[in-house]
Amino acid sequence: MSNIIELKKGLDIPISGNAAQKTKKVIIPDVVAVKPTDFRGLVPKLLVREGDEVLAGSPVFADKLSPEILFTSPVSGTVTEIVRGEKRKLLEVRIKADKEQRYEDFGISKVSGLDAESIRKTLLKSGLWPSIVKRPYGIIANPSEQPKEIFISAFSTAPLAANPEYTLRDEFANIQTGIDALKKLTKGAVHVSFSSANYSGTQLHKLENIHPHIFSGKHPAGNVGVQISHISPIVKGDVVWTVSLSMTAAIGKLFNTGRYDMSRLVAVTGPAAIDPSYVKGIAGMSMKDIAEYYDNSKEDIRFISGDVLTGTNVGKDGFLGFFDNQISLLREGTDCEILGWAKPFRTKQFSASKAYFSWLSPNKKYDMDTNTHGEPRAFVLSNVYSKVLPMDIYPVYLLKACLASDIDKMEQFGIYEVIEEDLALCEFVCPSKIGIQSILSDGIGLMLKEMA
Amino acid sequence: MNGLVKFMHKIKPIFSEGGKLSFLHSTFEAFESFLYVPGTVTVKGTHVKDALDLKRVMIIVVLALVPSLLFGIWNTGYQHNEAFGLGWGFWQMVWYGLVKIIPLYLVSYIVGLGIEFISAQIRGHQVNEGYLVTGMLIPLIVPVDVPLWMLAIAVAFAVILGKEIFGGTGMNIWNPALLCRAFLFFSYPSKMSGDTIWTGGLTRYLSDGTAYACGEGVVDGFSGATPLVHAGQGIQGLDSAGLSFMDLFIGNIGGAVGETSVIAILLGAILLIWTGVASWKIMFSSVIGALAIGFLANALATDATPYLQLPAYYHLVLGGFAFGTVFMATDPVTSAQTETGKWIYGFLVGALTVTVRLFNPGYMEGMMLAILLMNTFAPLIDHYVVEVSLKRKAKKVKIA
Repeated sequence: MSNIIELKKGLDIPISGNAAQKTKKVIIPDVVAVKPTDFRGLVPKLLVREGDEVLAGSPVFADKLSPEILFTSPVSGTVTEIVRGEKRKLLEVRIKADKEQRYEDFGISKVSGLDAESIRKTLLKSGLWPSIVKRPYGIIANPSEQPKEIFISAFSTAPLAANPEYTLRDEFANIQTGIDALKKLTKGAVHVSFSSANYSGTQLHKLENIHPHIFSGKHPAGNVGVQISHISPIVKGDVVWTVSLSMTAAIGKLFNTGRYDMSRLVAVTGPAAIDPSYVKGIAGMSMKDIAEYYDNSKEDIRFISGDVLTGTNVGKDGFLGFFDNQISLLREGTDCEILGWAKPFRTKQFSASKAYFSWLSPNKKYDMDTNTHGEPRAFVLSNVYSKVLPMDIYPVYLLKACLASDIDKMEQFGIYEVIEEDLALCEFVCPSKIGIQSILSDGIGLMLKEMA
Repeated sequence: MNGLVKFMHKIKPIFSEGGKLSFLHSTFEAFESFLYVPGTVTVKGTHVKDALDLKRVMIIVVLALVPSLLFGIWNTGYQHNEAFGLGWGFWQMVWYGLVKIIPLYLVSYIVGLGIEFISAQIRGHQVNEGYLVTGMLIPLIVPVDVPLWMLAIAVAFAVILGKEIFGGTGMNIWNPALLCRAFLFFSYPSKMSGDTIWTGGLTRYLSDGTAYACGEGVVDGFSGATPLVHAGQGIQGLDSAGLSFMDLFIGNIGGAVGETSVIAILLGAILLIWTGVASWKIMFSSVIGALAIGFLANALATDATPYLQLPAYYHLVLGGFAFGTVFMATDPVTSAQTETGKWIYGFLVGALTVTVRLFNPGYMEGMMLAILLMNTFAPLIDHYVVEVSLKRKAKKVKIA
């Protein structure tokens, strides 16, 4: 092993607001939310009512189709509000946290002595099962399936992503426990991918019980989907699981401490963030808890749970997602730029193409905003997408198959291999401003419906 | 300038849904987005986006065409001067060129954009900027003496049947500008072929004996034939017409308005390749394709077939080859979409062009037909490239 898989295609988006490696504060959560919308295709079955008392680790809702998959509260407290949207769709369960946190006890146990069945049960009961994502489609893993292999990416290349070297620096033992637990759930290997930039420097390369891989390259080299396509591409009929590194740590913590502990270091980033840095927060924490990071007096800030390519716009009263350890703050780009498209120089704008002059300043960081910089059009340029996609697929063909709802073609062109985040850069560079992630999302939705 | 934005915002409700002029909303939006990059923000998917949009892409192609246009303006005057022996200076030639070419542009843009706006309006779509390029291309590939009414009909044909019925820019099968030229050549063969259409003012002089600044009449021995016709007699044909390789390269020769100067076209090609707007693979493989057939012809040539003896590299500077290769074959919508497909597509464009030139003396200009034919086959090329790639992938997975 230790062959470096070199990815030549990709793009690191030069956006300003990278988090400095310091933890500015420890957030004592006030109201947190558990959101069914963090999980694709989930139909939730509510298990609590307003006013109910919960512990950290108490079930809040379950998966209606497989009720053994529980979703639990990250804090102990009282259910204050159940937020529903159109057609009474469950959006959020808001929980007011107690001052003293009390935890449901799932029992400390040595993973080496457990069999797959009891590991599965503990994960299901604790609410950590949903952290295991199944490919194809990027949905919650099916507890009755055994995956071919499990993939973990130990680094992130997403714009302004939290640095796992920093956020997980004290979690080595938990990650190892998590990996040992996951290993029991598959007959295959647990693949962990490292970045060539710091492979020998990171303590994580000492992890055992894994198949290590080393990747070099720009974003999306850190995306687990891209890594899978280079390690062992998914074909029809395959099921593999992916788990994020921080969720692996949480799984380890569950077995080491017996607690459902969703606290994590969260990077507060983005051009609109004041003094971007880390906070010690928790899944489901409110955007109000990071008030000192922004000045929203003009009401023009977008709050994104996640990164600027794939994150969710949660709004100023929103909550951090289940999987996210990053908040990106962006200014809404609602202003108009006179003849912007015709100006020879637009020094404040970044373009990956040489049609502008940003290639002259490769190290410059840009205060990007949410302006689309143009209007939606049909596909015209054909060579822009493959330049940022280090995978052996034809993105435009796949997307056109999705648009045409042609299942056979979608299969042929690799719908099993990708989820939205893998094509996010294609959407970023698209001069036709096509909603690529949303097209793919609809395509995956159709596959789920038709192939179920 | 901010006042303008404010004004546009103020009148916007009139054109929005429910407003008095809401049926014109496509037109309004077209002007709005032309004047300024609108303040629309991302809704789904990525929250930030690249500054590149299609308007920028199109404006770059238009910029790349400017050298050819400028040269074409001068050359139109120069050819007229040569034909009538006027002894003009530089600015007189430019002035004559402007007088001849501006009307072509007016017709091209008024008819084309008019149809584009109307069809966007009917469909409730946004007006597409694709015609900025098509409208720029059309006057450069028609003979300068083309009657304006013919041009108007051809533009209408190209835009409606070449583009709009397929759903607008990005959906069309054939390059609209080339369709326009093809329409002209096949609908009005008596007017559009022959030797007299290529020199400004000549058609009118021959039919009614008058022309703009006709002077003493046509110079003795002036034929008006394009170098391509002379090349039909091989290198001797070009020599006896006094045309050297450098003349063909610089482009002070007869031909369609913008296609004569290889230097000007190369300037555009550099810009297109550098910005990545057009595919260098198509351009390069088209050149290879032309040379390959050219060399093959040289190898087969005998004294009885002088046109086969024409050195292969002459084909690169003759007729519309350079212009077609750089600006037409590379149209991202109608060319092959896959990278391997681009190599095949480009090669066949070049090869077919030269094949037509060599073996179809009745109609020498093969570029237009070669590109249109390859436009038709581009999806097929892509289909097989993709098939092969999928098969290779399936094999790889099986082995692993």
